[in-house]
This record gives sequence, C-alpha cells and structure tokens, in this order.
Amino acid sequence: MCECVENKIRQEVNEIMQPYKQEKDNLIQILNEIQEKYGYIPKVAQQEVSKYLGVPMAEIYGVITFYARFTLEPKGKYNISVCLGTACFVKGSQAILDRLKERLKLEEGKTSEDGKFSIDTTRCVGACGIAPVFTVNDEVYGHATVKKLDEVLDELEKV
Amino acid sequence: MKTIEELNKIRAEKRIELDLRKNTNADTREKHILVCQGTGCTSSKSPQILENFNKIIKEKGIENVRVIKTGCFGLCAKGPIVIIRPEDTFYAMVTPEDCEEIIQSHIIEGKVVDRLLCKDIDSTKVTKLDDLTFYKKQKRIALKNCGVINPEDIDEYIAFDGYRALGRVLFEMDSEEVIQTLEKSGLRGRGGAGFPTGKKWRTTRDAKGEKKYVVCNADEGDPGAFMDRSILEGDPHAVLEAMEIAGFAVGAEKGYIYVRAEYPIAVHRLQIAIDQAREYGILGKNIFGTNFNFDIEIRLGAGAFVCGEETALLESIEGRRGQPRVKPPYPATSGLWGCPTLINNVETYANIAQIILKGADWYSSIGTATSKGTKVFALGGNVNNVGLVEVPMGTTLREIVFDIGGGIPNGREFKAAQTGGPSGGCIPKEHLDTPIDYESLKEIGSMMGSGGLIVMDDTKCMVCLAKFYLQFTVSESCGKCTPCRIGTKRMLEILERLCSGEGDEYDIYKLEKLAANIKKASICGLGQSAPNPVISTMKYFREEFRQHAIEKECKAMECKALSRIEIDEDKCKACGLCQRNCPVNAIEGEGREKRHINQDKCIKCTTCVRSCPFHAIG
Amino acid sequence: MVNLKIDDKKVCVPEGTTILDAAKQAGIDIPTLCFLKDINEVGDCRMCIVEVEGRRGFATSCIQTVEEGMVVHTHTPNVLEARHTILDLIISNHSKDCLTCTRSGNCELQDLAIKFNVLDIEFKGERTEHKIDDKSPSIVRDFNKCILCRRCVATCKNVQNIGAIDCIERGFESCISTTYDHSLNDVNCTFCGQCIESCPTGALHEKENINDVWAKLKDPDTFVVVQTAPSIRVALGEEFGMEIGTNVTGKMVSALKALGFDKVFDTNTGADFTIMEEATEFVRRFKENDHLPMTTSCCPGWVRFAEMEYPENLDHLSSCKSPHQMFGAIIKSYYAEKNNIDPSKIYVVSVMPCIAKKYECKREEMEVKGYRDVDAVITTRELARMIKQANIEFEKLEDETFDNPMGEATGAAAIFGVTGGVMEAALRTAYELITGEELQKLEFEEVRGAKGIKKASIQIGEKEVKVAVAHGLGNARKVMEEIKNGTADYSFVEVMACPGGCIMGGGQPIKNSKTRMTVDVRAKRAAAMYSIDERSTIRKSHENPILKEIYKEYIGQPGEHKAHELLHTHYTPMEEYRI
Repeated sequence: MCECVENKIRQEVNEIMQPYKQEKDNLIQILNEIQEKYGYIPKVAQQEVSKYLGVPMAEIYGVITFYARFTLEPKGKYNISVCLGTACFVKGSQAILDRLKERLKLEEGKTSEDGKFSIDTTRCVGACGIAPVFTVNDEVYGHATVKKLDEVLDELEKV
Repeated sequence: MKTIEELNKIRAEKRIELDLRKNTNADTREKHILVCQGTGCTSSKSPQILENFNKIIKEKGIENVRVIKTGCFGLCAKGPIVIIRPEDTFYAMVTPEDCEEIIQSHIIEGKVVDRLLCKDIDSTKVTKLDDLTFYKKQKRIALKNCGVINPEDIDEYIAFDGYRALGRVLFEMDSEEVIQTLEKSGLRGRGGAGFPTGKKWRTTRDAKGEKKYVVCNADEGDPGAFMDRSILEGDPHAVLEAMEIAGFAVGAEKGYIYVRAEYPIAVHRLQIAIDQAREYGILGKNIFGTNFNFDIEIRLGAGAFVCGEETALLESIEGRRGQPRVKPPYPATSGLWGCPTLINNVETYANIAQIILKGADWYSSIGTATSKGTKVFALGGNVNNVGLVEVPMGTTLREIVFDIGGGIPNGREFKAAQTGGPSGGCIPKEHLDTPIDYESLKEIGSMMGSGGLIVMDDTKCMVCLAKFYLQFTVSESCGKCTPCRIGTKRMLEILERLCSGEGDEYDIYKLEKLAANIKKASICGLGQSAPNPVISTMKYFREEFRQHAIEKECKAMECKALSRIEIDEDKCKACGLCQRNCPVNAIEGEGREKRHINQDKCIKCTTCVRSCPFHAIG
Repeated sequence: MVNLKIDDKKVCVPEGTTILDAAKQAGIDIPTLCFLKDINEVGDCRMCIVEVEGRRGFATSCIQTVEEGMVVHTHTPNVLEARHTILDLIISNHSKDCLTCTRSGNCELQDLAIKFNVLDIEFKGERTEHKIDDKSPSIVRDFNKCILCRRCVATCKNVQNIGAIDCIERGFESCISTTYDHSLNDVNCTFCGQCIESCPTGALHEKENINDVWAKLKDPDTFVVVQTAPSIRVALGEEFGMEIGTNVTGKMVSALKALGFDKVFDTNTGADFTIMEEATEFVRRFKENDHLPMTTSCCPGWVRFAEMEYPENLDHLSSCKSPHQMFGAIIKSYYAEKNNIDPSKIYVVSVMPCIAKKYECKREEMEVKGYRDVDAVITTRELARMIKQANIEFEKLEDETFDNPMGEATGAAAIFGVTGGVMEAALRTAYELITGEELQKLEFEEVRGAKGIKKASIQIGEKEVKVAVAHGLGNARKVMEEIKNGTADYSFVEVMACPGGCIMGGGQPIKNSKTRMTVDVRAKRAAAMYSIDERSTIRKSHENPILKEIYKEYIGQPGEHKAHELLHTHYTPMEEYRI
C-alpha cells in the first residue's frame, strides 16, 4: 500500500473515531465501522485505533481475529457465502459449499488470486423459509441446489 | 412527552385510525396493504413489492389505500407475504410483478386474486390469515405486534397499548410491585436456561452498587433461529419499553442492546425506535415528566456465537474478545464494569409490558405448571411450514410439527426434531407427544434453548448431525478453557472419523468420556452444553453410531464414504428427472430405459434422491 | 470469618479467600496450571476444579471464594477423571519434546504429567503447529509448547502494561502471539522477559548464548573475561536447590574459574562507575535545571520502552551506559592497555539477570573504537546450565574471590539489582558531591520496598531533592506520563523494567506458581542484597579505591571527555511497531 493511500485511510479512520470517546469499550463499534467502510480492517487503521484508544496492537489483532465479521484481507469482488445455519444444513447446504469450493478451488474465508471470488460461510442469514440459501454479495439465492449454484457461477465467470 | 396524558391522547386517536388492522369488521373505507419487510421476505424482494405498490397507487391516483411495511408474519415458507386489511386477505409468494394485479383486481375491482392465495395443509385455498391451520394453534403474546404494526412508526406501537405499561409502572407501581408481578407471572428466561425472570430482577435490584445496568441480549446466534430478530424487526419498541421498566425496577439508568451486526434491518429499526422514543421524551431524561431517567445504546456484535453467553456478551460490550467469565459471581451482582447488571433476552422482554398490563394471573394461566406463557419457535428444516410460531407452553411437539408445521414434505418420515441448537438435543419420534416446557425437554435430553426447532426427515444421518453441531461448536468455541477448546475439537475429530469410515468401537467410548467431562469442566454454558447434541443423538440413535463405527455403513446415505446411491429398478419409472437434476451427469440411461448411476462420477450429493418422485433412489 | 469444610477438614478463613487459598491453609494441595497469584486468576485451564456440595458442575477453586458452610471435595473420582482428561487434552496439543526442552525439570506441565501418571495420550488428534520466533537477540517464542494459560499475556499487559502479546484467533486455533504474528523483535516488546518468568512451560525462553561462550573458552587465543551482575549471586544458588535468597558469591566465582574463564570480575565495579558518572551528571543537570527529572538508564528494557513509547522525552534519560557496558569498555581499554592484552583478543561475557541485556550488548552504539563493550550476555539460568554441563558440584565448591585489580566493589553497587538501589547508591554519592560533607545515615528507607512507585524528598545541603523510584514498566509508564504532561515535581527518577528490579529479572531462576503463591521471592532476594551492602567495608561508590585510581590514571574527571567516550551513550527514537 502506498503512503498516500495509507495517509488517506489514517485520516478517514480518525474521522470515523471522532464521535467516539477515547474509551476502550468503543473498540468493537469502531472496528465494525471500519470493516463496513473498507470491507476489511487495514493495518494502518489498526494503528490509528491503537493510538486513539490506547489499546495495544496485539489486543486489537486479538479482537479482530476473534470476531468472524472482522477480516484482515479485502473480500473478492463476488463474495459468495453459503449459509450453514441448521435449517439450511438440514436441507443440504453442505453439498452446496462443497461444490463451491470445488468449482472455485478455494477454501473458506479465502479470496481468489485475481480478487474476483471469495468464499464465506455464515450462520443463518435469516432466510430459513427459502433454505438452503447462498448469497453473492448482498443478493440472496434461495431454494439453492448444486445445479443452481453452477448456473450462478457460470454467469459470474463470464462477467 | 411531559405527561402521561399526551400518550393517552395519541393512543386514543391512533387506535381509531388503525382499528382496521385488527378488526375485520372495522367501519372504514380505508384499506391497508401490509407487506412483510422481515429479513426472510426482504431477501425475496419484498422491498420491491412495497415500492411497486406505492408506485402503482400513485400512478393510478387511488385514495384511501395505504401501503404499510411490517415485521414478520411468521409463515416465512410462503414469503413474500402481503396482507390486505381490514378483510385480512392473505397473499403468499407474491412477486413484484403481482402488485399490478392485486391493485387492479383486489383493490379496484374488489375481486380476490385467487392464484396468490395460500394453500393450507389439506390443499384447500385459504383467504384469511386467521383461517390457516398454521395460525390456529398459535397464541401470540411476544409476537402480538409483528405483522400488525409498522415497526418504524412509534405512533402505531402506541396505538396498540404501547408504553402504557411503562406509564403504569412509573405512576402506579413501585419497584417491589413490578418485581412481585413478574415473580407471580412465572415468566422464565427465554434465552434458553429458563431462569425465573422475577428472581433475576430482584437479585439485581438488591445487589449493592451505585451504578447498575440493564442489558438486552439480542445476540441470537443459534443457527436456524430467528425469533429475536423477528421481534426486533417487527416490534422494537416492545423491547425498549420492557428495558425501561426493568431499569425502573432494578434502579438502572442505562441500558445496552447487544445485537448481531448480521441483523442490519433489526439494528436499523431499533435505532429508529430509540430515536423516536427519545424525541417523544419516552426515553432519556425525566420520562413522562417524572424523575426517572433511562437511556439505551445499541452495541453491535461482530460474529461470535459465544457472545450470546451473558458474561461473554459483557466482555464484548466492554470492548474485548468475547470470552466468558467464571460464574459465580453472576452478572446480577457483578456484571458490566463490575456493576450489578440485569441481562434478559429479547423474547423475555417482549412479554414484560403485557404482563404488567394484563396481570400476573392472566399470564400464569397460560402454559404448564412450571413453564408459563408462550414460547416462540423458529420452525425449520424438513417441515412444510417453515416459519415463526408462538405457542402456549405445554403444546406438544407433534402439534407444532404436524399441525402448525404441516408435517414433513416429499412424503418422507419424521425422524427427529432438534431444539436448543448447538446446546440442545434431538427428540426422536417416540417423544413427539412430549409437552414442550423447560422441564420436559430437559428430561428427554434436550433443552428449550432460545427457540430453534429443526425438523429432520429420515434422510438425515444422526452421526452427521452430531458432527454438524460439533463443527459449529468448534468454530465458535472462544478458546478460553481447555475442555471446550481442545475437547470439542477431539470430539469432532472422532465424529469425522466415524463419518468417513475410519472409526472404531473405542471411539464411541471416547466420545462418551469426553462428552461427560467437557460438560462438567467447561467454564461457560457454551462449553457445558457443547456435548449435548452428541449425548442426545447417542442416546436415541446409538445403533446408527454403531453402524458407522463397526459396519461402516450410513443408512441415511449422508456420509459419502459410507454410502452408495443406487436406483431401484423396480421402482424407477424412467422419468429422467434425476438425470436432469444431477449436477455431474452421473446418471445414465436414455428414453424408456431404467436409469442407473455411474458410481465413478457420482459425488453423492443426493440431489437425485430428493428429486425422485417415486422414491426409487436410495 | 467464614467456616467451611474441605475434604472433611474444618477450615476458618477470612471472607473473600479463594477455595484454593483456603485449601492451602488447611494443608490440602489443589493442582493448578494457569493460576499465577495476583497476576493471572482466571480459571482457564480447569485443573483446579473441585466439587462443592449442592452446586451443579465443578467450582473453580482459584477464583471462586469461600462461602459459609460450604463443603468442598478436592479429589473425588469425578474431579480426578476430569482433571486427568483435561491434562490429557492439553498434552495432546503439546509438542512433548521434554528431553530437549530448556524447562525440563522445571516445568509445571511436566510436574502434573508425572503426578497424574500420564503414560499415554488417550485423545490424540490434530496439533496446532506454529513456527518458532527466534528473530530477536533476547527471546524465543515456541508456541508449540504453549498451553494457553495466558500467564504471559497477563504479565505483559496488566503488570508491565505493554501488551506486546495477546491471545489471537479463537477456539482450537487460539494462540498467544503478537499483532499479525510478527516477531517480538519487531513489535513493542521491551525484552523485559517477565513473560518467561511467568511461563509454566518452555514456550518462552531466552535466546541461549551458552555455545558462543563455550566456543570462546575453548579457543586458546581468546582472553575470556566474565563479569557478574549484582543480583546473580543472590539467585544462582536456587538453581542448585539452595534456599531462595542465599548469597553464593564465593561459590559462583569459584565455579566461573572452574569453567575456565581467564578473569572473573564483578559488574559491581561497573556499577560504581555508573554511580560516579550518573551522580556527576545529575548534580550538573540539577544545578543547570537541564531536562529534569533525569531518569536512570541502566535498564535496557526500560531504555527500549522509552525509545519506543516516549521518543520525544528521551532527553530525560541519563546518558550513562549500564554498568556491564561501562565495565566492558573499561576492560577493553584500561585493563587491556595496563596488562598489555590486544583488546581484539578479549571476549567479555556478562552474566546478567536479564534478557534485555542480550539485546543491549548488540546495540550498534555499544562499542568504543570498534571494540564491542560486551561480546556475550548469558543469564543466571544459562550460567547454572553451564555449571551443570561441566559437572561441577556447585554446593561443594570452596569460596573464591573476584580477580583483582577490579574485584572489589562497594555496598552501593551491591544494591544496584534491587528496586531503589540505584537511587540509594546515587544519593549517597550525590549528597557528598554537592555538600562536600559526609553522609551520616546511608540507608534511604523511603526508596526501598515493594511499592510500585516510591517518592521521597531528600534534603541535600540547602536544597531539597525530590526523587521517584518506579519498577515494573506499568509504573514506569505512570511516571513518564507525569513527565510528559509536565506534572512531575521530582528531579531524579530510577526506573527498572522488572517489578522488584534486577533480582526479579527475566533471566533469573524461574519460580513456579506454587512457590510464588507461598514465598515472597522478591523480599528474600532483596534482603540478601541489602545484607551484602551492610557487610561491605566501603559503601559509597566514590570511595572505591580502584575507581579513584582508574579515574586518576586513565579517565580523568567523571563526565568529561574520556569518560564520555567510554561510559556514555545516546538514544534513538524507535517506531513502536516496525512492521
């Protein structure tokens, strides 16, 4: 990351933190906002948070790696997430995940080298009524089957 | 809002205006089109339906029709759902393209759109929501406003008695009376463990501490459970009101709602509700002009199931990794920043205002001897009516699965139901008539849990299910204490061995030993209950474990290494459906030929098994 | 008082006592692993579980407190089975290479494995494997031996207030690491080594330099000189089963000679030099009001801390090198010249209670005319290992004395290794430098003892000198914040990174949790140091005759040109995270 990008992030992160008191209990709130903004939590952002809240970097890193929502790397352009909630599992979401990993040759939580795809799993997106589901970014695909996944992937690969 | 009279005035005015929501005979020329904007329907394009309705109404210049966004109606399987009041017409699986027809036919011409009506279990078409079998056995207390009011409009909440209980508490009751009412009502914590709510409030009130806190646990992490989310999305003020009552009763001025960041709609509506309540002076300083102050802040969780455990949740609010604390001391005496803290779950709070308004006797008349009131379940899995149901305690599992839930789809058999999520257990067929309450469920090796109720048909392998839950626990274990951190991992490894045909008899013994010791020695509820899915499946389906371990066979054919999918030639009608559905073209045969499976190509995804209309594949 | 029953014994203890403590008082031992008194009381490992009648599940005896009428059972079959299972699980995820582990024989996990007769691992499975971090000159982190007790995390974060390490990831993947899993070398670690002292296993240990030293001892062309820090002599004996706080100066010297060192010198002499320089510097700065308060600089952990966290306040640090660096410089200049030895052939080994000293001696600026002041630093523990390797029966050694001409040091130097000691030694000299009068009472009681920050006001002639003593980096931070905010109303500050000072340094013999629970190790070692001071004939650094001679003959005046060249240094601001 070049210095000008880093400085921009530093500045933006400080703007995000500004409304928060310099108290440790705001850590997770702030990290949530950073994650939301960048799709991950850049290292420079962590350094700024560390300075602002007086929390050591190791602890911030510990918090980030504890909570599944926080990531250290940007997600792919298409983040495909398979719901592994019980309702979806019972209706066969494991097969969909297996197929997804096989098709993209990627493991869970990883992003493809070209940055196009990433695979995630979630625990219940709240669409149990149309289980099993997977999502591509924010779009929910319900009543999913391996076949339907293949079709969606075929489409995305063409893009 | 400086006085209670102002509240009463809003209620009186709004109640008349909204009479049609609850009264099919309402004397009005208005019509309200209610469109579910819960997460389930939203993911099936319900926001576009809402938009289309508004657009069409505007274009056509139709008057006296309002389109209302509501929370979840419960019958998610049939979503997106649209209801037209006052006549209570229930349209299911509506698409954005259907809006035009509904407006034209139903609103303008007064003709019900037949094709969009919902089919009941017996395949008859039902016009009214209340006529659906799904709703008949339900009793809605916690969900009373869900699907009735617009959750983003405080006036609608007030219209249906909202904040009246808070008014009553502030002006007519003292802390002791509130707590006694709760104690008498018999309400128990809906988060899972069922601790008597009144007792918790009393302990918190009696605990020494200058500052006290009230916390709402909305970190609903149980996979497949969405009760709390639906309440927050459909009726957020009910939670705020109850937390304020709690603040008054225990002597706290500050409340936190800890909610999953994965619930954006719930968070959004909660924030709107908080803002509106503050603006009305119902939240904040000098509520209703009294000297009672109470404010609420939302704290977002960030994807850690363990934060549903109350002490882990407190750690998370304090800005740390969500690692549970050893109890005792309990939060009621030493919680947030060491101060006495009352923590209740969303559904528990959703009952409070009504208990205050209708009385402890009313509430305790519902349910069983030890479990009072109702319980909301998120019914899911292999059941026809997937959705949210609220039933009186004591309702049997059979009633929920077969009457409300409409039974098992695809003509399969009921095998087991799972309650309590990763902390709970499986209930087999022989216990279908168990009345659902805290004690009975515990007795048969499961638990109430927060309300996830997953139904499984006979294609489900119980070893696999146990493995699924252990996978969940392992990935959600916080890693603080040894038994949970390493022990659950070892249990999972054993289950993986069993499912891949590498297990042996000794593994079953090991599983049992680990389960027993993890249960006893872990720090928190997550660890202590992590072995439950294994213990209960082993109790009722021990034979399946034995088959996996010794005969290397998975009869349900879920364990790929132990299964072989074949087509029964006698049953095959050569329809070719399996072939069309097979993702890897493993099914061979043409035209009128009986189909067979090329085992080299088959990935054992079982798509064919599920797609065969003649149950010829297995 | 609370009455309870533990294993059928009636016990009466004050309210708030933990079950573990109560049992201890009743003579009942409950095994622990993650517990470290006052530092890590979290109940994570679950070894200390006990049964309490009427309570569901087990109680956590290390944190849960006694209740009136409580009936506790500490070793029911249930408890034993659970403990055994837990131990099995811990070991199943451990590297189990005890034979080649530096902590073999002094490992709390090994002790339990022996006690529980663990002969086989029942629950074998995947292990979390991690690369070993040995990039820094001071410390090695081997997560494969970590049992996640988090004693190190609590020490680093809560005691030292650094937080270089923390628990990262979660569940089975949890491990103790730094931000982005970087080497301790590249993050805010100060190399104080307190984490090593709190580690129950071999997951954290010093970077060993024993082999470098053996190699030089073997080489006939190298003149190997060893110097020992003030606090080694009161701790080394512990490694040979002697009572904590035994003074083994004579045996230590004797052992070093037996190991083959050409000369055995005492760093205390170096400490006397430090006092001469530091007191002189202080007197000047005090008179000129130059960057007050002045802080000591003999602790490399503290210096590293200041360079990283208070780069803008480095002017407050004394420019003096630490005693062993000063002494090394003198050995390679004055001593070499005087004895006609080629300084390039001299190899100076420092035996230190500290692992930060290993880093300090490698700092670029720690040399004079191209000769490194000190070539290798080994810890008290490493020296003990060398003695054991050489099969020397330490207990049976005759006492010997340090080599002359630099063998004799003062009582002031002797107390350098204990918190407040440097301050006390400096005050003895500064008083006489300023007033020209003889100091009547040599003991400055106000700066002694275990209190985290000690402040005192001392009348020196007409002037009142306010001083502060901080030990433990958490306390050092508090003092630095006062300096930063301009609220510090004192002129001279002593800082030692380790709580208790060098006697409790990161290179000292490791005391297990049980010992630390019952014995005040700091007090015992400190008492031994003070008694050396008391018994010394010369107790003020400026009265050390050897020093007088060397200044006269070779260096000139303290604080002047040659002294600066040999005995002083400078500091460089450092990014906290070089990642």
